[in-house]
Amino acid sequence: MSGILIDGLNVWFGEHEMRVDAVKGASISVPEGGSFGLVGESGSGKSTILRALTGLVPTWNGYMEVLGTPLGAKRDRSFYRKVQMVFQDPYASLHPRHSVDQVLGETLSLHGFRDIDARISKLLDDVGLGASFRFRYPHQLSGGQRQRVAIARALAPEPQILLLDEPTSALDVSVQAEILNLLSDLRKERNLTYLMVSHNLAVVGHICSSIAVMQLGEIVETLSVEQMRAQETQHPYTKHLLASSLGAIKGDGSGADRAHG
Amino acid sequence: MTNGADNNLLEIQDLWVKFPTRSGIFDAVRGISFSLGRERLGIVGESGSGKSMTGRAILRLIRPPGIVSAARIDLEGENLMELSERQMRSVRGQRISMIMQDPKFSLNPVMRVGEQISEAYRLHANTSKAAAKRKSLEMLEAVKIRDPERVYSLFPHEVSGGMGQRIMIAMMMIPDPKILIADEPTSALDVSVQMQVLEIMDNLVRDRGMGLIFISHDLNLVSAFCDRVLIMYAGRVIETCRADRLHEAKHPYTRGLLNSLPRLDAPVERLEVLKRDPAWRDEDSISGQT
Ligand SMILES: Nc1ncnc2c1ncn2[C@@H]1O[C@H](COP(=O)(O)OP(=O)(O)OP(=O)(O)O)[C@@H](O)[C@H]1O
Ligand SMILES: Nc1ncnc2c1ncn2[C@@H]1O[C@H](COP(=O)(O)OP(=O)(O)OP(=O)(O)O)[C@@H](O)[C@H]1O
Ligand SMILES: [Mg+2]
Ligand SMILES: [Mg+2]
Repeated sequence: MSGILIDGLNVWFGEHEMRVDAVKGASISVPEGGSFGLVGESGSGKSTILRALTGLVPTWNGYMEVLGTPLGAKRDRSFYRKVQMVFQDPYASLHPRHSVDQVLGETLSLHGFRDIDARISKLLDDVGLGASFRFRYPHQLSGGQRQRVAIARALAPEPQILLLDEPTSALDVSVQAEILNLLSDLRKERNLTYLMVSHNLAVVGHICSSIAVMQLGEIVETLSVEQMRAQETQHPYTKHLLASSLGAIKGDGSGADRAHG
Repeated sequence: MTNGADNNLLEIQDLWVKFPTRSGIFDAVRGISFSLGRERLGIVGESGSGKSMTGRAILRLIRPPGIVSAARIDLEGENLMELSERQMRSVRGQRISMIMQDPKFSLNPVMRVGEQISEAYRLHANTSKAAAKRKSLEMLEAVKIRDPERVYSLFPHEVSGGMGQRIMIAMMMIPDPKILIADEPTSALDVSVQMQVLEIMDNLVRDRGMGLIFISHDLNLVSAFCDRVLIMYAGRVIETCRADRLHEAKHPYTRGLLNSLPRLDAPVERLEVLKRDPAWRDEDSISGQT
């Protein structure tokens, strides 16, 4: 069974001359337990694909299926039990007047869990936040700490599919390593399926086995991570992206991107 | 690039940021000192190490009950700690701009992004609406937004993550500040757009003699882009170095950060995780003054 299947997806915003075609004819297939990365230009429609899957954008056509169930216009609660999303913007996605305890507690009780207290401690522990963070409010947390709360909230209903929109771009590298290790472990332990957006090809390469490259609303190329590493690409934009990433990754001053000699 | 006390735009000495909490006072920044010349100064460090609070404290933008104290925060010889709140308002945005870590959060959610840029421009330049609009479209183009006309009329929730960051960068550059504090300004941008945006900031440093404080967790980026780096841990500066020497840093903490990076060209099964030594907390803060 496929975890996520998307075929010929179009997503648009606005009407008439204001209409923007944010996603044009995108097709993706992620096997159950697989991990798939979406990379590409800023504004190319990556977040929009995830938002369409979770039912946050009504204006789409084409075919989408999750764990064998075709998706229509509405999503019910059982969908959100199976599919959770970590949003790109950890600031906007946490309610400013809800403490960490409330955020996690509400999600857990919404999905019918009982042993809420123990689960909150376990979730905080999983994402590397100690008990001292439990009663803090978002404004009392740093950017990376908020993102870890957002990840804990997504893990709370024990979903089978995680949609991850730049899950570590707000995190420093040491926390990033912890979160990436956590995501790998969870996927192995629970056979989770991931669809992850990231602009960092090294992060995508670490977590995912296949990637799709987007530009101007279209998927211009789909390739395996091995192909990406070996720079076996067809599309000029993919080549460009890889070349700039490898240049920047060296970071020893020999890369082409050093601003001043 | 010349450095040294005479050339410094900003001199900070013994800066503290404290938050009273239920379990006593929490010191987010613990007595750090550094200076900023007409240069690109990087601040790196793990999450919660006090990078953003340092940036905000310079502008005295710490929300109560948080408390800022410092022996001095001299902006071109004038101690900001002694200014009234009214005087501070004219420093903010005019002489020191800050790009906040939470770009969309700092925009007005019910106003079109283009109008917000125009308004910022008119506040600064006192021109006609039409001229401000033209200038705003130019700014959007300068930060490599495709289709500026369309993006001009979008609301903040309608722009992508990377567009939001670039809109904030455009707005903060309008007043032509002496100092720009950029808190994770490019974390949502792909490498190619990132390089273009950095180039814009770079030009400001070079051509207009601006000082840039560049807060980021991207060690490779800071190493390639900045002149100098302060490495923060638990509210202190634990190491400083030339940016292009960051990869030769000595402190086990900095080494740990460098080793936890995933690499496209050298995949590993598990990433190395930083092992923190409790003794690091008590090390003296290193001066970042030149
Ligand atoms: N609610 C909306 N109304 C109008 N346009 C929108 C809306 N949401 C997204 N868009 C547009 O759709 C396009 C794709 O946006 P999306 O957020 O999917 O980009 P992205 O690939 O995730 O980019 P980034 O890497 O910068 O986050 C952009 O041009 C954006 O302005
Ligand atoms: N209002 C507050 N009350 C209590 N503690 C706070 C408050 N605001 C911030 N802190 C704490 O201050 C510390 C420093 O926060 P800061 O935002 O400067 O971190 P940072 O280095 O920018 O981290 P990141 O990379 O995650 O953004 C954090 O541990 C944070 O939890
Ligand atoms: Mg996005
Ligand atoms: Mg921060």
